[in-house]
Amino acid sequence: MTDLTRLSAAELAETLARKEASSVEATRAHLDRIAAVDGDVHAFLHVSSDDALATAADVDARRAAGEELHPLAGVPIAVKDVVVTKGMPSTAGSKILEGWIPPYDATLVEKLRAAGLPILGKTNMDEFAMGSSTEHSAYGNTHNPWDLDRIPGGSGGGSAAAVAAFEAPLAIGTDTGGSIRQPGAVTGTVGVKPTYGGVSRYGLIAMASSLDQAGPVTRTVLDSALLHELIGGHDPRDSTSIPEPLPPLVEAARQGALGDLSGLRVGVVKELQGEGYQAGVLARFHESLELLTKAGAEIVEVSCPHFGYALDAYYLIMPAEASSNLAKFDGMRFGLRVEPTDGPVTAERVMAATRGAGFGDEVKRRVILGTYALSAGYYDAYYGSAQKVRTLVQRDFDAAFAQADVLVSPTAPTTAFKLGEKLDDPLAMYLNDVATIPANLAGVPGISVPNGLAATSEGGAGLPTGFQILAPAKADDRLYRVGAALESALESTWGAPLLSRAPELG
Amino acid sequence: MTTTTPALVAYDDAVRRYDPVIGIEVHVELGTRTKMFCAAEQSFGAEPNTQTTPVSLGLPGALPVVNGTAVEYAIRIGLALNCQIAESCRFARKNYFYPDVPKNFQTSQYDEPIAFDGWLDVELEDGTVHRVEIERAHMEEDAGKNTHVGGSAGRIHGAEYSLVDYNRAGVPLVEIVTRPITGAGERAPEVARAYVQALRDIFRVLDVSEARMERGNVRADVNLSLRATPDSPLGTRTETKNVNSFRSVERAVRYEISRQAAILDAGETVIQETRHFHEEDGSTSPGRVKSDAEDYRYFPEPDLVPVAPSREWVEEIRATLPELPQARRRRLHDEWGFADAEMRDVVNAGALDLIESTVAAGATPAAARKWWMGELARRAKQDEVELADLAITPAQIGELQQLVDSGRINDKIARQVLDGVLAGEGDPEAVVVARGLEIVSDDGPLLEAIDAALAAQPDIVEKVRGGNQGPVGAIIGSVMKATRGQADAKRVRELVLERIG
Amino acid sequence: MSTISRDEVARVAALARIDLRDDEVDRLAGELDVIVDSIARVNEVATPDVPATSHPLPLTNVFREDVPAPALPVADVLAAAPDAQDGRFAVPQILGEE
Repeated sequence: MTDLTRLSAAELAETLARKEASSVEATRAHLDRIAAVDGDVHAFLHVSSDDALATAADVDARRAAGEELHPLAGVPIAVKDVVVTKGMPSTAGSKILEGWIPPYDATLVEKLRAAGLPILGKTNMDEFAMGSSTEHSAYGNTHNPWDLDRIPGGSGGGSAAAVAAFEAPLAIGTDTGGSIRQPGAVTGTVGVKPTYGGVSRYGLIAMASSLDQAGPVTRTVLDSALLHELIGGHDPRDSTSIPEPLPPLVEAARQGALGDLSGLRVGVVKELQGEGYQAGVLARFHESLELLTKAGAEIVEVSCPHFGYALDAYYLIMPAEASSNLAKFDGMRFGLRVEPTDGPVTAERVMAATRGAGFGDEVKRRVILGTYALSAGYYDAYYGSAQKVRTLVQRDFDAAFAQADVLVSPTAPTTAFKLGEKLDDPLAMYLNDVATIPANLAGVPGISVPNGLAATSEGGAGLPTGFQILAPAKADDRLYRVGAALESALESTWGAPLLSRAPELG
Repeated sequence: MTTTTPALVAYDDAVRRYDPVIGIEVHVELGTRTKMFCAAEQSFGAEPNTQTTPVSLGLPGALPVVNGTAVEYAIRIGLALNCQIAESCRFARKNYFYPDVPKNFQTSQYDEPIAFDGWLDVELEDGTVHRVEIERAHMEEDAGKNTHVGGSAGRIHGAEYSLVDYNRAGVPLVEIVTRPITGAGERAPEVARAYVQALRDIFRVLDVSEARMERGNVRADVNLSLRATPDSPLGTRTETKNVNSFRSVERAVRYEISRQAAILDAGETVIQETRHFHEEDGSTSPGRVKSDAEDYRYFPEPDLVPVAPSREWVEEIRATLPELPQARRRRLHDEWGFADAEMRDVVNAGALDLIESTVAAGATPAAARKWWMGELARRAKQDEVELADLAITPAQIGELQQLVDSGRINDKIARQVLDGVLAGEGDPEAVVVARGLEIVSDDGPLLEAIDAALAAQPDIVEKVRGGNQGPVGAIIGSVMKATRGQADAKRVRELVLERIG
Repeated sequence: MSTISRDEVARVAALARIDLRDDEVDRLAGELDVIVDSIARVNEVATPDVPATSHPLPLTNVFREDVPAPALPVADVLAAAPDAQDGRFAVPQILGEE
């Protein structure tokens, strides 16, 4: 019998639909895989075996009864711990939420449950999604399945590693500055940040409300399209949700996989390459461009002069919004409560003691930075100016999309670095997101597609690199068309998916 | 504190030497069915924490969505206060940590209020009109409620703690902020009171709030400063928070004028601070000095999108605004033809609605006013209740007056009927029947009484027959007495003279 | 330009209601100084003629009908509370409360 964990979600869905395997079997296979390898990878913070198997059994029964099911019904999924799940712990990787069981489901979780996807568990992440390595989790590192001594990217390292390690065929991530795409790049998986407002934020534990967006984490472009169509669409509970329906994404992925990109203009962003980018990363990037050219695309160079300021603007806007979003974690209504070690026990002092004990270093750094940027006398110079840069970045995108249908760049400037390597240098850590952040500031969608392996500075067999494609707002279908075309061109070059070259675990 | 509080300066003395400037912020809880940003029901007196959702509890992941009806109510208020309505405006976050604010920020409009630049003409009891300029009216959400539990009484032995109920958290509020109100002089306390009262009346007429002061639906913060003369620059102000009755508004202003005058007289400076009002003695005292006061780190609420009321919508709302209290008073004044002083008395006695309804029930305005401002006002005063709280309705007064007009009872009997209605014996008609108070107009029983009276007083009959009609009153009197006042005196006279012939 | 002193960090931490140990204050003062120096570059291009953007997509007038939905059951509301009493959240004494 085939190893159900090695199938893509689309393949598994077909296998289930043909009744060649049951959802219970598929779910159990993944739970077994988690039991076998997650001790090393540590992608999961919580595994919900009983819940997942119950859902699987229900789907199997409904299928047996001839009920019409969602195409992904019975295909298990892992959910990033920043997404609120009723009756299941949701810590966002923070000690301050240890043991918190939400009384409600995020909208996207409601959709997963309604479609019958067994939820395998909650994945590890940087605390409150603040980080690019998952080292800022309060519950330990996640390890990159390609090299367990290396980071899996972040903040959604758990979701990316779970998918890369075949612990789940699908996962949910969230992307505020690159937290879906950058882990995708460094783990050899596909990650999509939809257009801002394309997937409901209701039930995502917010970091930066104007930047956060949930999206799919998968092993193939088609799988992302399938999951995106399931979780996306208008939600009246999110005021920033796009009212129009999604463009056809699965159709775009299938069409793209045919490999014809004739007439498509691909814009290479001048500012997102060169200095700071690892040589191997750039080599893979240019090889991918050649494949796109062969598929009929026209490559044009575009300039986005203000992208150089995007990282700076991001590190003002994100902490400012986060400082306010994280104010609710105060030990009064839920989560951790810590009393001061001495002095009077007042609400004010308990809040400060709770937050001092419950937040990790990176969270404190960003909350204090954000509080500073919003405080009296600094608002205009920092937050106000950053919002202006946001306008300039949007204008750069508008100008670039007048010349090209999609924009492309390497997803991350380097391959996965060693655990601990950048932990003491926040600025170096922040640079991991230099290519992904502009999309969040402008709200445009982006995908990272694995496009090869690159040797690290120390040499070695090579680690995954990612190819980023950006499209105009609400044109998420273009990501799938171009992404699937590139994926299919790469795989025919390689003869197999990239992940088949990852080391065996367990 | 280094300063000691000097004694109060007598009010008259204070306003003779200083010019008071007031500023008033009024919060009104809107009477929408649901909260400002979520679909939790809001109603008074529900069990603690039974009206919350993840949004109003500030749970991780929850997101706000604006209540469209609350926006409409805010526009109604803005239009009623002669404000401009913003083409586009936003919500912001006001960041501060407090246990009754579940997100530790309040979602409120900050630099972009929905309504701005308005005014309201406020009429004082003697008819003087003072124009109050409105700076802005903006939307925001209410906080939850803390109940302090004292040390020894508490469950946690010896500890002081608080219990928090989030039912009120997220209830929609509109805050109305005046520009500095100048030129009121010694009448500043009256102007302040009349302004808050006028707002309350407007909220009710607009049907945007029950506007019950005692429930905290309407709450006022009163700013006050003194300056040497109307030409001097503004002085340092204090803000007395949560003054929750009309009378208290007036008293708080009075007290602060006396207190600040004493400070200035002593050559000291007024401290800019928030103060609490004390109902018991009408005084104010300083509130807590916050270490991080005023640094609210406002920024645009990223979870909400701008509110941009179309001009069509605004005009639609304007077209459906009800008649406002002041316009209505002017119209009724004209329709009823009361003298200015009479009209003021009616308004001040809270009898406007009562009289209007009584007129609608068929009474003339003069008759309606006579009842409510005369006999009923006397009884209300005697029982120490409001006119509107008397156990009689305008419809009943209308009916009573019709009984008088049709001659079935007279004024004197009408008062007995009133007694019956107030005693809960039913409508006037029912009281008349039950108590047998109808005027006797059938000549039969009347003639019997007259004959008896004539027989009892032959001497008077003689005198009348002799051409002296003076003593006939004595006969009429005894007839009236015999009929317990129910006879029509005029008819009795006719019959007596006829009998004597 | 060095702008963020230890005192500044302590002041902001108080505003953000976070107790910091002395060593954390020291470390953050150094780190934030570097970060703020770097990100202050936004002022090179944020000229007065550039409007600010706070929302990535230009939506307006997203309203909800004024129709009640079921509330959370009180048991759920209080389930996660560190302390509760009589259907309410119990919190440490609040200074300055009446």
